[in-house]
Amino acid sequence: MINFDRVSKRYPEGHEALGEVSFNIDSDELVFLTGHSGAGKSTLLKLIMLMERPSRGQVIVNGQNLKGMAASKIPQLRRDIGVVFQNHQLLFDRSIFDNVALPLEIAGYQRREVGRRVRAALDKVGLLAREKDMPITLSGGEQQRVGIARAVVNKPRLLLADEPTGNLDPTLSAEIMRLFEQFNQVGVTVLIASHDLALISRLQYRIMTLRDGRMITGAGDG
Amino acid sequence: MVRGPAGGKGASQSRTQWFDLLRAWAIHHRSSAQDSLQRLLTNAFSSVMTWLVIGIALAMPVGLSVALDNARSVGSSLDSPAQLSLFLRPEMSLEAAQRVQDILAQRADISGSRLVSREQALEEFQQLSGFGDVLSHLDSNPLPNLIIVSPANARMDPETASLLQADLQKLPGVDRALLDMEWVQRLNSLMALIQRVVMALGAILALGVLLVIGNTIRLAIENRRDEIVIVKLVGGSDAFVRRPFLYTGVWYGLGGAAVSWAVISATLWWLQGPLESLAVLYQSGFRVQGLGLGGGLQLLILGALLGLVGAWLAVSRHLTAIQPR
Repeated sequence: MINFDRVSKRYPEGHEALGEVSFNIDSDELVFLTGHSGAGKSTLLKLIMLMERPSRGQVIVNGQNLKGMAASKIPQLRRDIGVVFQNHQLLFDRSIFDNVALPLEIAGYQRREVGRRVRAALDKVGLLAREKDMPITLSGGEQQRVGIARAVVNKPRLLLADEPTGNLDPTLSAEIMRLFEQFNQVGVTVLIASHDLALISRLQYRIMTLRDGRMITGAGDG
Repeated sequence: MVRGPAGGKGASQSRTQWFDLLRAWAIHHRSSAQDSLQRLLTNAFSSVMTWLVIGIALAMPVGLSVALDNARSVGSSLDSPAQLSLFLRPEMSLEAAQRVQDILAQRADISGSRLVSREQALEEFQQLSGFGDVLSHLDSNPLPNLIIVSPANARMDPETASLLQADLQKLPGVDRALLDMEWVQRLNSLMALIQRVVMALGAILALGVLLVIGNTIRLAIENRRDEIVIVKLVGGSDAFVRRPFLYTGVWYGLGGAAVSWAVISATLWWLQGPLESLAVLYQSGFRVQGLGLGGGLQLLILGALLGLVGAWLAVSRHLTAIQPR
């Protein structure tokens, strides 16, 4: 599902965020990506979404080689990837329902289908009763669950999460991780960047570790 | 349906996707139009201010051009067909003058001529000038015989008229041929000048409207920066992001054009009474012409286009700069 082949990313100011990173993540896998802040976790996720382009090396996502992908093709790539952010990235000027509906609106689903899918996603994260509320009325953990509902509402094959439990207490963090496990069990490939080693080492999944832009463990057979 | 990786899909599937895309496109156009109008109405105060600015900027040149059209219709109702006056030499008899008229009658470029004998001319002059007493003291009639010539083409251009004038000047017995259309020419060139001024003013103010709309849209883009970033992150295309702002520009332009239509109509209504009583005093059948329905609709279309172009300029300049980081 995701294949990195000797990928390096050097920012224009000279800082090398990733160096010669190679790994492979198969379909249906759930993989954790860990490392100290500044180790390159976010950069790696940005390369998958083409928010950044690698300086060297090759990235293949969902069977598509991202090298030389035209800017006009990027939206279609992103529609097939669900993303969960540490700071939720919710829109506070619209209801929870409308926030979750955004990817479907972009993909052009009909109203009835949008309603059905949004309610299914909200039901999955346990917030169906709050669909008409505004995000500001939710707690941090609930806002994160809205973010997750938005990431999965389009039924993507690949789900990325950047520090999804960053601001949450251990109980809420464990709940969030359980949600990701559930999506993985229905066939979604999940890649979660997290520095919460205590939490992720309790779960029995592959852990890839970055240090100073190098992949030191868990690269798999890539 | 999972919008998964490409490949392995039959023709019917891709046709369905094509329909999906078209439907999505139509749905988003409708929702962008509704949503952007909704936003303008929610921020009623600033929207009304923008509409007024655009409306006044559009009302200036459009109002002037309405005034110019009205002036032109007055001009053309006053504008008697151009005439030439042929003053004959004093020694020419009335019979000789009639022979000149016969020559004129054969020319295709002349529709008619009227002979004013020196006696008629004197009589007319005595009546009209108020110098009757003075004239009666003169020994002899100082006025020559006169032939007033109407060209076949009453609205000929100045060059043709001058050519005809020079031609007639050469006729035997003609002392001077005078063109009586100089004031019409002056009026016409004055009108042409004013029209140029109105067009230049219109161009400047249209540019102003573009900038006002562009700047307003730029602010709207800044206000919605977070939203734009998120939409791009979850796969919104540039066109998807652009669309609501383009509609916002169209609404600003349309509203501004409606304001200027109202301003012009109100001004004309206010001027109509005095103007028409003035026209009655001049025994003219002049009536004030407004924009009319067609003109108003053209104004609305112009406003919408200006809004679209202004928004497009702002959007193409500022949207690409906003990328998720």
